[in-house]
Amino acid sequence: MNMSRRQRLQLVRGGIYALTIAALALLIISVDWGALGGALFKWDVVKKQFPDILTSALRNTIIFTIFGFIGGLSLGLLLAIMRLSKSKPYRWFAATYIEILRGVPLLVTLLILGFGIPIATGWSWPNPYLQGAVPLALVAGAYIAETVRAGIEAVPRGQMEAARSLGMSYTRAMVTVIIPQAFRIIVPPLTNEFVLLIKDTSLISVLGVTERTLDLARFGRNGVNDSANATPLVVAGLVYLALTIPLTQLAAWMERRSKVGRR
Amino acid sequence: MSEPLVELRQLHKSFGDNHVLRGIDLSVAKGEVLCIIGPSGSGKSTLLRCVNLLEHPTGGQVFVAGVELTHRDCDIDKARRATGMVFQQFNLFSHLSVRDNVTISLRKVLKMKRAEANARADILLDRVGLGDKASAYPAQLSGGQQQRVAIARALAMEPSVMLFDEATSALDPELVGDVLGVMRELAEEGMTMLVVTHEMGFARNVADRVIFMDGGVIVEEGKPSQVINEPREERTKKFLANVLEN
Repeated sequence: MNMSRRQRLQLVRGGIYALTIAALALLIISVDWGALGGALFKWDVVKKQFPDILTSALRNTIIFTIFGFIGGLSLGLLLAIMRLSKSKPYRWFAATYIEILRGVPLLVTLLILGFGIPIATGWSWPNPYLQGAVPLALVAGAYIAETVRAGIEAVPRGQMEAARSLGMSYTRAMVTVIIPQAFRIIVPPLTNEFVLLIKDTSLISVLGVTERTLDLARFGRNGVNDSANATPLVVAGLVYLALTIPLTQLAAWMERRSKVGRR
Repeated sequence: MSEPLVELRQLHKSFGDNHVLRGIDLSVAKGEVLCIIGPSGSGKSTLLRCVNLLEHPTGGQVFVAGVELTHRDCDIDKARRATGMVFQQFNLFSHLSVRDNVTISLRKVLKMKRAEANARADILLDRVGLGDKASAYPAQLSGGQQQRVAIARALAMEPSVMLFDEATSALDPELVGDVLGVMRELAEEGMTMLVVTHEMGFARNVADRVIFMDGGVIVEEGKPSQVINEPREERTKKFLANVLEN
């Protein structure tokens, strides 16, 4: 049989489409949709999640995220400036901190800081929110530091020179000229860090939070235990998506816009 | 003769093994316009950047308005206020409006009130012909307009000497004239200026003195008519032949 390369490719592609459609059809026929729906999205269980999932669980997730982000951003800014400093001990400290906190899984850090330190020292966290938010901020700071550093390095060198030539000190130039421009550059990646942080708050519940500090993920898990049905977790997942998808779309939109704007 | 406004003594600068400035002695009197010409890599920009210590000399001394900038105890941020610099790439602060570009150092360094700073900025922007662009952002301006804002920004601190580092080299040819016009006016008003430039016309017509640099030394210096029209040194002749040919 004589076929051109193009014809052969079309034949192969057609075959793959046909197989995929057949497999999907088989799946659709063989699944017991009623049972699946009953287990994953049972309407009266869905209804039972509200309003607590919003007024309590979502609220707590947002509190943890915002604490973690503000703390992480402040720390990240400080670490980024230390990493770019002329002083070797500062650079070394920041680099070590960033390597360690990014290298250890968040779950482990949470357990060490949330449980390990209090057990070892007899000291206890004054507030269950802080117990979760502080370790989260310490880890977020390490990630954000690298983002901020990239942003500062992306500001053209001439900006610092112009600022210094006007009589500004290094610190003054950083604060009034370099950092504001760096932040414009890093708003999209920073938004993505924020989304990661929203999802990372789901790990805080390993610290055995109180009724008051239940986050979305733990709320879903507790719901599963109460109702013997997976619906609460699915609903929690949907609430996460309602938070994260607008933000990632916003980040993507800002990134596209900044590409158009740049000459 | 009165004390020079800018004085360089036995200035050396190396970047690693690259010895860019090899013992420069130079003094510039108040009100003098000095043009520095020379091939790329001759050290002329480095020389200029040593005057406000954007580059730290490896040896020698820099004096501006009676202050030794190279002295260990010199408060360099304060001493830099005596110089204003204009860069090849303009380096306007892109997050600030034109007016704020001019006032930022007044407000943040001199702690001037915003209203007072704005008043000074508006006068300076009028002077460079951009009074109507005060609210614009740098990205909305042409290169020539940006460079004129950069001149106004440098003038805001009322420096006693202005440093121009190839201020027209990044501009489209038709925009060069406006910037040179502003520079010429400044010179006529008696501003002391050190101008690194490839604009031989400007050097010939505006400069009080021209120095030709090559290989990190001053090869020849004198009146523009002498250095540009009747160079004595072989290297100067060769350079000028190349430049004027184009």
